[in-house]
Amino acid sequence: MSEVDREHWLHMYEQMFRIRAFEEQVNELYQSAKMPGLAHLYIGEEAIAVGVCEALTREDYITSTHRGHGHCLAKGASVDKMFAELLGKDAGYCHGKGGSMHIADQDTGNLGANAIVGGSSAIATGAAFASKRLGNGRVTVCFFGEGALGQGLVYESMNMAQLWKLPVIFVCENNLYNEYTHHSESTAGSMKGRAEAFGILTVEVDGQNVREVYETAGKVVERARKGEGPAFMLCHTYRYHGHHVGDIAREYYRPKQEEQLWKTERDPLTTLSNWLLQHQMADQGIFEQIESSVNDEVQAAVTFALNAPLPAPEEVSKHVYV
Amino acid sequence: MSTSERELTYGEAIKEALAEELRRDPAVFILGEDIAEAGTTFKVLNGLVEEFGPERVLDTPISEPGYTGLAVGAAMTGMRPVVDIMFGDFSGLILDQVANQAAKIHYMSGGKLKVPLVLRTTMGAGRRSAAQHSQSLQAWYSHIPGLKVVVPATPYDAKGLMKSAIRDDNPVVILEDKMMYKTVKGPVPAEEYTVPIGVADVKRGGTDITLVATSSMVYVALDAAKMLDEVGISAEVIDPRTLVPLDKQTIVESVKKTSRAIVIDEGYEQYGVTAELASIIADEAFYYLDAPVKRMGAMNVPIPFSPALEDLTIPNAKGVFDMAKSLCNQS
Repeated sequence: MSEVDREHWLHMYEQMFRIRAFEEQVNELYQSAKMPGLAHLYIGEEAIAVGVCEALTREDYITSTHRGHGHCLAKGASVDKMFAELLGKDAGYCHGKGGSMHIADQDTGNLGANAIVGGSSAIATGAAFASKRLGNGRVTVCFFGEGALGQGLVYESMNMAQLWKLPVIFVCENNLYNEYTHHSESTAGSMKGRAEAFGILTVEVDGQNVREVYETAGKVVERARKGEGPAFMLCHTYRYHGHHVGDIAREYYRPKQEEQLWKTERDPLTTLSNWLLQHQMADQGIFEQIESSVNDEVQAAVTFALNAPLPAPEEVSKHVYV
Repeated sequence: MSTSERELTYGEAIKEALAEELRRDPAVFILGEDIAEAGTTFKVLNGLVEEFGPERVLDTPISEPGYTGLAVGAAMTGMRPVVDIMFGDFSGLILDQVANQAAKIHYMSGGKLKVPLVLRTTMGAGRRSAAQHSQSLQAWYSHIPGLKVVVPATPYDAKGLMKSAIRDDNPVVILEDKMMYKTVKGPVPAEEYTVPIGVADVKRGGTDITLVATSSMVYVALDAAKMLDEVGISAEVIDPRTLVPLDKQTIVESVKKTSRAIVIDEGYEQYGVTAELASIIADEAFYYLDAPVKRMGAMNVPIPFSPALEDLTIPNAKGVFDMAKSLCNQS
């Protein structure tokens, strides 16, 4: 294991921790009534966003979901502008007009989070279509949850992606629950089989293991970049929190023991740190150092966002048209 | 025949606009069902694939939401797609991609992303195509901020507005009356020109009543105006040409001059384009009016198949003539 590899795994640990610290702060902002509206937390699923985005270049594209903070951060968004957007401030990524569910940042290739389940699957496929036409070598990743497997648009998109061999990776984050309903109550047949039916290369990974996600994503991304077509990555994961920050009493749809098991046995941060410790690539001190530095960054960012000015009233009519 | 007298059909004018823009800008491409070799079900795009190839005149699967969404994504990342939706009635299938995605992405992203996309679709009854292939749904699109909506009536306007739409950085929906593709013919200069989006056109000058009419209803209004001439009533016909943005000023100024107005659009009358236009006139020309503003749209029924029934649902020149006469105190 080279020094480069070590640094890269530690960077991934830092990114995963950044997402977790960000989301925990979001939850606090909600609970202390400082944040308007709601947010859908990504805690528990960090390895997927980080593992996939680390396999991409800054110029590659992603589309995200209502549970999108992790994707945005993993693709390179900064926490201060993210907090500012969530608080509806002018300094936010979208001048406060998008909010938690619509963060877009073209500087990091983020074509936007989408609050329609599955709604970005065709957009992602279209970005891949443009990349192929323009010959710019970019790959697009379309993140969605297993709930989106209920949407016809996803299959229309997969069909076109394979038909035209487009460089798009469909990353399905199977966190087991479509909102408040277990997928077994909504999804017949095989999840993988859906993409396989189109002849799309399909891979299944442990979404709690960032190394596995990263290595698999690297292969399918480079394959797509070479013009060999799309892929479907089915990632098994778990949402530690509720569907959104207000979904507190969850026992009617999932047992506490299940939540506890995923947190203690399959946590993505612990999985990576344990592996690095076992292989003598890190000691506990380095993780404490990373966490402390990220915590400082998050605290500074949230202070910045809380103090940032609200958009001026005239902002309401701007950007309806170009 | 000099070039200025050259005449094209409505369909030919649209095809010429697309061909010129495909030649001008390599980012432009057209996609839709059976648009390449088949040249669309209406044969409007015949010959384009031969010149531009199947990559730029792209046949898609029968997946309207899918390929509309694909066009949105391509538009966000450097292309200028023109989406062909065979029948406007299929708008229900694509509304999420148009209304929730294309229309909102620029705004939601705080102005960072843009969607330079043209959506071409058809409208218009009278083809004996029944309830799912005959509607005029321009009101649906006009309701959504972030979309521009164009309803050209003449070959000249269709070509000039299509070219403007393709060059526009916003999503633009163009509704073409399928009944006009072959039957409407008019002068179209061979020289380069565009028609700006958001400017109405006075199709006929008059002094006693204003007929504000869209798309095929412009011809209904022009026919009614001729009939009105014979009874001594001078009708002005205003064609808004684009519903969003709307050239309110031209409409309001005309009504201030004539003091009477009928608004005619082929969409359903209830909650429709006519309601919006009539309310603007009532608001902004109220003290100039000598009669209530009247509206004429499609009957509020699903479009029936039988010719005997279908023809009853669309406004016609005789109906406009009768209403105009009564507004001008003639019976």
